[in-house]
Amino acid sequence: MAFKPIATTRSATGIQTAKLAVWWLLASEVVIFGGLLASYIMHRIGHPEWAHYAIHTNVWAGGTNTLVLLTSSLTAVLAHREAQLKNGRRAAMFLGFTILGALMFLTIKSFEWGHEISEGFTISANPFWSFYYTAAGIHACHVIVGALCMVWVITTALKNEELHRVELVGIYWHFVDLVWIFLFPLLYIAK
Amino acid sequence: MSEHVSESHAAHAHGSGDHHHHDHAHHEEEHVHPVEHYVKVWAGLVVLFFISVAGPLVGIKILTLITAFGIAIVKASMVVKFFMHLDVEKRFVHYFLATSLVFMFLFFAAVSPDVMRHEGTHWVNVAAQDTVAKGLAAPPEGEGEHESEAPETEH
Repeated sequence: MAFKPIATTRSATGIQTAKLAVWWLLASEVVIFGGLLASYIMHRIGHPEWAHYAIHTNVWAGGTNTLVLLTSSLTAVLAHREAQLKNGRRAAMFLGFTILGALMFLTIKSFEWGHEISEGFTISANPFWSFYYTAAGIHACHVIVGALCMVWVITTALKNEELHRVELVGIYWHFVDLVWIFLFPLLYIAK
Repeated sequence: MSEHVSESHAAHAHGSGDHHHHDHAHHEEEHVHPVEHYVKVWAGLVVLFFISVAGPLVGIKILTLITAFGIAIVKASMVVKFFMHLDVEKRFVHYFLATSLVFMFLFFAAVSPDVMRHEGTHWVNVAAQDTVAKGLAAPPEGEGEHESEAPETEH
């Protein structure tokens, strides 16, 4: 067996250490996104005039992106399934589809933002748009990071190595999907 | 690779005689759901998504809130259970994730009264009141940098 750092192989809690690390990461993400969304909600309730600004968000772009992320979550979990079956090449293929979803999401988002900015709805237009770009922007950064991690996991999965990483990157990706599940009604539906 | 499975089994076998641990490891490593299972969950999520988009069309505010946020919570729990498989994860993980959520609610509970209300006993947030009044009186189209293309009726 190839050499592995002790932190990778040790399992003090009964959970594989790498997996535990991902869950810890997500616990910190809950506070980051939770804090941001909680701030948005309390301001939204305190400022009825934001309803005037919110009508300009594009529900079609947001909705399409929701479908894209839900579908990319499906391919991520199917990649995990293939990894369970020790089928690295197929796992890599499904992760490839997930990356495709990430790229579609980012493409749609860039067109959406480009249009909004050209209309004058910039990050400094008013606090609603500040929250809009901050929340969706931090989320989009997570999409980019997730896609990059998946590229790395694919390189090892293709060699049928370290297949547990497929599940780990999947858990992270589902969390990215999860955040969008809440961002979508907050920014696009509640008008 | 297979080394991952054998390691995990070895780790659990170490505390031998512990039935629960062994069963858990067995379940976690060997149980593979069929593809249809995941496709069904995905289809359920898509149906819920369409309901959440259609909700506001009815025009009842409380219904919109339910279809938007009630459904978001249902969708989120489906993703957590069926895609992230948190339900078969160790209790310890549940505890620290729940702790994070509690901190979030604590933050909301502590800060929101000052943000959501603009006046109280012996205090008035004049700036916030002005912002609301101005915003409601004249909804800006991109803060005036732009010609308003679609004039709106505010009332």
